[in-house]
Amino acid sequence: MRTAKPGRIEIAFNGTLGTFSLDAQFSVPAKGVTAVFGPSGCGKTTVARCIAGLKRLAGGLCAVDGEIWQDDTTFRPPHLRPIGYVFQEASLFPHLSVKRNLLFGAPKRDTVPIGFDEVVELLGIAHLLTRAPAHLSGGERQRVAIGRALLSQPKLLVMDEPLAALDRSAKGEILPFLERLHEKLALPMLYISHDMAEIERFADHLVLMERGTVAAAGPLATLQSNPALPLAASRDSAVSCEAVVSGYDGRYGLLALRLKGARLLVPASPLAPGVRQRLRIAASDVSLALEAPYASSILNVFPARIRSHAPLGHGEVTVVLALGTGGSGTQILARITRRSWDALGFRDGLDVFAQVKGVSLVAASDRPLEAPSEASPSPERDAGQVSAAA
Amino acid sequence: MDGLSGEIWQSVALTVELASATTVILLIIGTPLAWWLARSKAIWTEAVATIVALPLVLPPTVLGFYLLVLLGPNGPGGWIASLWGGRTLAFTFEGLIVGSVLYSMPFVVQPIRNAFVAMGERPLEVAATLRASPARAFWTVAVPLARPGFLTAGVLGFAHTIGEFGLVLMIGGNIPGRTRVLSIAIFDYVEEARWREASWLAGSMVIFAFAVILTVALIDKRNARARA
Repeated sequence: MRTAKPGRIEIAFNGTLGTFSLDAQFSVPAKGVTAVFGPSGCGKTTVARCIAGLKRLAGGLCAVDGEIWQDDTTFRPPHLRPIGYVFQEASLFPHLSVKRNLLFGAPKRDTVPIGFDEVVELLGIAHLLTRAPAHLSGGERQRVAIGRALLSQPKLLVMDEPLAALDRSAKGEILPFLERLHEKLALPMLYISHDMAEIERFADHLVLMERGTVAAAGPLATLQSNPALPLAASRDSAVSCEAVVSGYDGRYGLLALRLKGARLLVPASPLAPGVRQRLRIAASDVSLALEAPYASSILNVFPARIRSHAPLGHGEVTVVLALGTGGSGTQILARITRRSWDALGFRDGLDVFAQVKGVSLVAASDRPLEAPSEASPSPERDAGQVSAAA
Repeated sequence: MDGLSGEIWQSVALTVELASATTVILLIIGTPLAWWLARSKAIWTEAVATIVALPLVLPPTVLGFYLLVLLGPNGPGGWIASLWGGRTLAFTFEGLIVGSVLYSMPFVVQPIRNAFVAMGERPLEVAATLRASPARAFWTVAVPLARPGFLTAGVLGFAHTIGEFGLVLMIGGNIPGRTRVLSIAIFDYVEEARWREASWLAGSMVIFAFAVILTVALIDKRNARARA
């Protein structure tokens, strides 16, 4: 029997299912949100089902935070695994009311880490409790399904493409709730998705899958800015990073954000100083200059160092930059033409100026954190975040 | 006429008793069988399903013949009965129940099996990820979701038992108060040219059959609407 490391989710599954062969192996922190990303049919759902024990692959390993759920000698059936599982379709029990669905897996104890009222409030489903599932919208159903999984007091929440079956507006309705879950609950989550836009909003770690194998696993921003991986090589490559609000310029409506190695000004609504804010900086919004521009409309210009680069098609280059003098800060991506790369004599290790034309704010938390184990932004929590790892 | 109606009511009571006992027994043994048939992936599952379905096609007299051979004094049933000095089941009410259970089994097992198949794996998977043991998932998820199947099964099992004739005649005979059920009574009245009683019973059976089929159709319709 193998020993499981506390604080990690360790997964290794390989086997053949029909004509599909799976060889998935990764280890990620049992903390925050780990997204499993890959195209349809790459084996993401199979991995999720194996983790839940709904599918059994002999010789697999599944250990969560020091507890072995499956190894060579052990196979815990699904109902004995402390897991919360959200399926692509909400799959509510049609014969039970919303409230009885929510309480189906809830232990009959008075003191639980995730309380009924807290979940109902968090997901905004208080007005639905007495209804039958047949009378809910798609987005409402999925929220109830998430609440039901949470109330079973899991040690790991697995969500298998929970938004894929929803239309655009229902997706937009649920994403803020997922972000709030991430902020307020200490629960580790595995979020399966084929949509990078969802992942960029709230994932901390990323497992990249391709044709049944794991191409890479690590902190989200590290994988996003790795030119050897398909994420950085895609045309809509971007890097997600965590910033802290440092002030607000009411006269011009500009929010000041502090990032490792840079201070950004972004037109936005005011937020209280100290609030954490996730940013998305697209490679196409970042350009490079050899000297600090003398007069420019671009507000956000920082010294940075070129870490590495990779050609993008025939005419362009994706450049990995480390912000800050000497390049000690956050890594972001820039996309420039190959002609500019050659003409300006750019090379790896060169100190340059990065001009950031656009930044999107993705998830805002306007309230202090309430969940008991993550009471407020702490250095310990910072360590698990992408900004520190980048 | 009073004496006659007493005779009729005796047959009615016996028939209802037989159908009720058969239905209860069938629901008890048919449910696990239907559950297994719905979920087993073994290659011989369909062979078992076919055996259960045989009475749909076989003439009731064939089934009755074999039961008589099995349960009669010269069959294995009779041999077992003789071991403890009991009497055989042939031409008894209990024998009728055994025959009816076998004869009506497909009408009970198939609707329940179909209901279990129709719900798919997902509700049970959801229940398992919510810490429900297989037994709890069965009672709190599978059975309530298969409720329309159970209703149809109960109604069909009951009604079909009431309508049997050939099997009853073979295994039960025609003993008033013991094995003389409605369908046999009608046969007797016709033989004795007592058309009044025969037509009264026959007409009642038509109304009963109509009510049963209508009930099943309404259950199915309501069920289809609930799924939509």
